[in-house]
Amino acid sequence: MLADTQLRRNLGKATTTIRAKRAQVVGELPDWEGLREAGRQLKVHTMAHLPEYLAQLESAVTARGGVVHWARDANEANAIVIDLVRGKGVEEVVKVKSMATQEIGLNEALEAVGVAALETDLAELIVQLGHDKPSHILVPAIHRNRAEIREIFLREMAEVDSALSDEPAALAAAARQHLRRKFLSAKVGISGANFGIAETGTLGVVESEGNGRMCLTLPDTLITIMGIEKLVPRWRDLEVFLQLLPRSSTGERMNPYTSIWTGVTPGDGPQEFHLILLDNGRTAVLADVDGRDALNCIRCSACLNVCPVYERTGGHAYGSVYPGPIGAILSPQLTGIEDNASLPYASSLCGACYDVCPVKINIPDILVHLRAKHTETYASEHRIPSAEASAMTAAAWVMSNPKRWTLALRSGRLGRILGRKRDVIGDVPLPLAKQWTDARDLARPPTQTFRDWWAAEHGGEQR
Amino acid sequence: MNARQEILARIAEAHRAAPPPKLGYEDISREYRTASDSSLEALTELLIDRLVDYRALVRQCSNDDLGVTIAQALSERGADTVVADAGVEPSWMVKVPVDVLTDASAPDDQLSISQLETVDGVITGCAVAIAETGTLILDGSPGQGRRVLTLIPDYHLCVVFPDQIVADVPQALARLEATRPLTMISGPSATSDIELNRVEGVHGPRTLEVIIVQNAH
Repeated sequence: MLADTQLRRNLGKATTTIRAKRAQVVGELPDWEGLREAGRQLKVHTMAHLPEYLAQLESAVTARGGVVHWARDANEANAIVIDLVRGKGVEEVVKVKSMATQEIGLNEALEAVGVAALETDLAELIVQLGHDKPSHILVPAIHRNRAEIREIFLREMAEVDSALSDEPAALAAAARQHLRRKFLSAKVGISGANFGIAETGTLGVVESEGNGRMCLTLPDTLITIMGIEKLVPRWRDLEVFLQLLPRSSTGERMNPYTSIWTGVTPGDGPQEFHLILLDNGRTAVLADVDGRDALNCIRCSACLNVCPVYERTGGHAYGSVYPGPIGAILSPQLTGIEDNASLPYASSLCGACYDVCPVKINIPDILVHLRAKHTETYASEHRIPSAEASAMTAAAWVMSNPKRWTLALRSGRLGRILGRKRDVIGDVPLPLAKQWTDARDLARPPTQTFRDWWAAEHGGEQR
Repeated sequence: MNARQEILARIAEAHRAAPPPKLGYEDISREYRTASDSSLEALTELLIDRLVDYRALVRQCSNDDLGVTIAQALSERGADTVVADAGVEPSWMVKVPVDVLTDASAPDDQLSISQLETVDGVITGCAVAIAETGTLILDGSPGQGRRVLTLIPDYHLCVVFPDQIVADVPQALARLEATRPLTMISGPSATSDIELNRVEGVHGPRTLEVIIVQNAH
């Protein structure tokens, strides 16, 4: 990833732009710190009262004509959706971008039963048409520049004119035309939710393009999948999050469109509404005093845009659904630390993410906590010392003696043979290094060690 | 145990294992602005500034000139057919030089999607406008119509009266009823998906025009 200069240029440009915009619109609010603290406390309060608020949300949604389902895990949530979609006899559904549905692999589950899930967010469409993976929470195609997007559209959209320019407005117009028919004929829409209000049973989706409004308004049936942590107690509490979220995520005073609905409204929008409340590891996070604040995340992605590690590696290198600093603490907790053991280490602990977090999640502290937890879990599960621990012991032995050290450095040149063709070692066929190099590249060691170079330049005095 | 019972039991168990801090709803700190002493003139100016910043077109007129101003906007747009909710003030439409289709929420009075596709624009009022963010909020009251009306046509003309303008988000939410279908609109449809720059025009109306009426409703 590091050697992909195009990727690094695209990411550098995009994150620099968004950081400046965010700083400007945050600076316009004299009470920003007051809003952050209110956001944090609202989340802390809600997490402490989840059972009451979930029950309240459920009865309010039901009272307004909606149906509430509960899903313990990804499989259960997917099964509920498949059942509902099959009941409608459709082979295609339209989707508005949702991290929760990515987390549970809904598109793949639907595809397995012959239902096409059409992503309608421009960036998700670029990712889907490019047979690619999302690399950012908010702008999943951030790793693509306009010229690359134009090529993908020309290749994948049958109706598009070959004279298509790479102006963003022209690319957006091509997407508009491509998706229009699909929206107008869709019978089932699927969405996530940015928040669910316990008091009133009201749900909200914050977006920019209008694809969300299309999915939430046009189909007869709407299925919304919401993590149980997305609750807020009362209607007035939105006054906090509707100020924090847009300014933190796209650096706008307000995003172009926010849709807010409660159950079913006769004569307006979907006449059948299903809400799926998803656990999928969230209750386990809640049981960890030092890690549970990760659940307070409102998915703004400000922490990605300021992260020096993310800016250089991009989202794919994290190898998890939730990338960046928040992903490094959320993914291991939701899906198990042993499956994401390297994530808590993908950080320099510089603290920039904590400073911008709109709900003040102390990401660096949780990273340190997860590193400790990983080491402890590993040690207790492996009576034989771990590979890492053995390597460290061996390294100490080698490094304590200059002769052994020089020899070891020379033998490191073996790595050159592995990486001969591309200047990087891509997929290392050794069990230890394999997992790491699946999504990341190792730099090829240089032909000459520094010590050898010094000896050659300075008359070979080896001490 | 069914899924509902099990999830609630897991939460109870998590709370036992890691007791959460005690913080009552009323004790949540709210050190942010919920009122403003700006004059209506100042708020109107701010609203216009923020609307224009996000590429909406803005006109101002007196209450008496509203019909003429709407007609002007439509003819400058070059529209042939527009749609409006049946509850729209008749006085808004008397000068309108183009065909007007009306829509109502009763199933028999609803226009079809394909009819909506043929119109050049939609005229609505709004419930609230937020000056600080340049946001118009529609709540489906008479004169605003079903949500789909402001979604399919490529041009949205929205009329704002002075008593609908508030300073900020908290004051706007205080005026709204949560359970109505609400749409918050801040500028025309846009995307930040290409290189994180805002560009106008994806699926919603690509042109948003706002008429701000200057004297009382």
